[in-house]
Amino acid sequence: MISILKRDILLSVRSGTGFSLSLSFFLLMIIFAPLAIGPDDLLLKKIAPGILWLSALLSCLLSIDHIFQSDFEDGSLEALIIAPIPLESTILIKTFAHWVTSGLLIALIAPLIGVLYNFDFNSLLWIFLSLLVGTPGLSMIGVFGASLTIGLKKGGLLLPVLIMPFYTPTLIFGSQTIMRAVDGLEVTSTFLLMAGITALVIALMPFAATKAVKASLK
Amino acid sequence: MSFWKFSNPNNFMTLSEKILPIISVSTILTLTTGLYWGFFLTPEDYQQGNSVKIIFLHVPSALIAINTWFVMLVSSIIWLIRRHHVSALIAKAAAPIGITMTIIAIITGMIWGQQMWGTYWAWDPRLTSFFLLLMFYIGYQTLWSAVEKPDSAAELTSILCVVGTVFAVLSRYAVNFWSQGLHQGASLSLDKEEHIHNAFSNPLYICMAGFILLFLTLVILRTRTEILKRKIFILLDHKGR
Repeated sequence: MISILKRDILLSVRSGTGFSLSLSFFLLMIIFAPLAIGPDDLLLKKIAPGILWLSALLSCLLSIDHIFQSDFEDGSLEALIIAPIPLESTILIKTFAHWVTSGLLIALIAPLIGVLYNFDFNSLLWIFLSLLVGTPGLSMIGVFGASLTIGLKKGGLLLPVLIMPFYTPTLIFGSQTIMRAVDGLEVTSTFLLMAGITALVIALMPFAATKAVKASLK
Repeated sequence: MSFWKFSNPNNFMTLSEKILPIISVSTILTLTTGLYWGFFLTPEDYQQGNSVKIIFLHVPSALIAINTWFVMLVSSIIWLIRRHHVSALIAKAAAPIGITMTIIAIITGMIWGQQMWGTYWAWDPRLTSFFLLLMFYIGYQTLWSAVEKPDSAAELTSILCVVGTVFAVLSRYAVNFWSQGLHQGASLSLDKEEHIHNAFSNPLYICMAGFILLFLTLVILRTRTEILKRKIFILLDHKGR
């Protein structure tokens, strides 16, 4: 299991698709949003939680279709299916590897970027926490989506169409958490709901994804 | 004699051939009655005037839009458990109807909203969740058309439908957190005192029955087409489509 984790992380670092790409995409989004909207501090601060979450979500989507594609093409996905570890845990590990190379980095970098939008310390803390807890859910949902589109020619375009609606609850609760923190309101309810969705997704989705992987390779 | 014998497409075809004329005639009769009653024989509302009559299209189409997804869910589960081919095809046949009904519900709602609320669109939980429902339908439909092998397409879309249901419900309640509503609550219920007036609800029930019949007719028709298409496909030995 650890070797799969190592392999996936190494692959994404060395091929440069996951690691640097999703992070730089995130940074670009954050920096380009004010360029599109204008340097109005108050307005920017109001919409920044939305921008942060939307960018996290899109950069997560960007790197997700590679997760099975190269394994499918070189046949190692079949080897993973017949390997002695259950496919469910392989998928969970692959999700974790994807999260480490996208969500975790985004969560770490977001508070630093948040300084550009003049957030106070409390808001920065909740930006970090909500992204840290929310992005594993995003990765898991994305992996599920990728498992439905293995081997399809239009996979790359199809994936966002399939997956975006699934991101709704996480997106709403995640950005609401930051917005409430910015307004100085109580944040635990939305935060816990978002954490609950992440937990639910991680607990159940590997099974659905396994079924989908097996169906795609039949 | 069991329900499952209709998993044989031939049994389904013979049965549906008998049902189809009856059900399509009753659809036409019910819809004509309901819509005529609704549009021409009901009084004008004292606040809303004639625009209240959009209800006779808006409510039934919204009803079908939501329930089509449940039809798809049930038939997807049946496919996943029993590998019931007709069931998978019913789910496939139902999806475009669901899309159409969702669009009808959204558009009639927008026209009504312009009259009553003074705006075509508001980011209200109900309106937004309908939009999300449309997105779920479109994703489902796209997956069906993207996967080439019919059996894996059925399998993958069934999984998507089951998981999607969970997320559709989650999203429905998540949007409540995000915005306050402009849309009214339920106006029809079986157990509550509050109710819209019988002058409106009676033709409305007929319209709803008419839409349900319309849905059934279309599903049967489309499923039959799918089965015939599948047969031609096999006859052509997978060469060309």
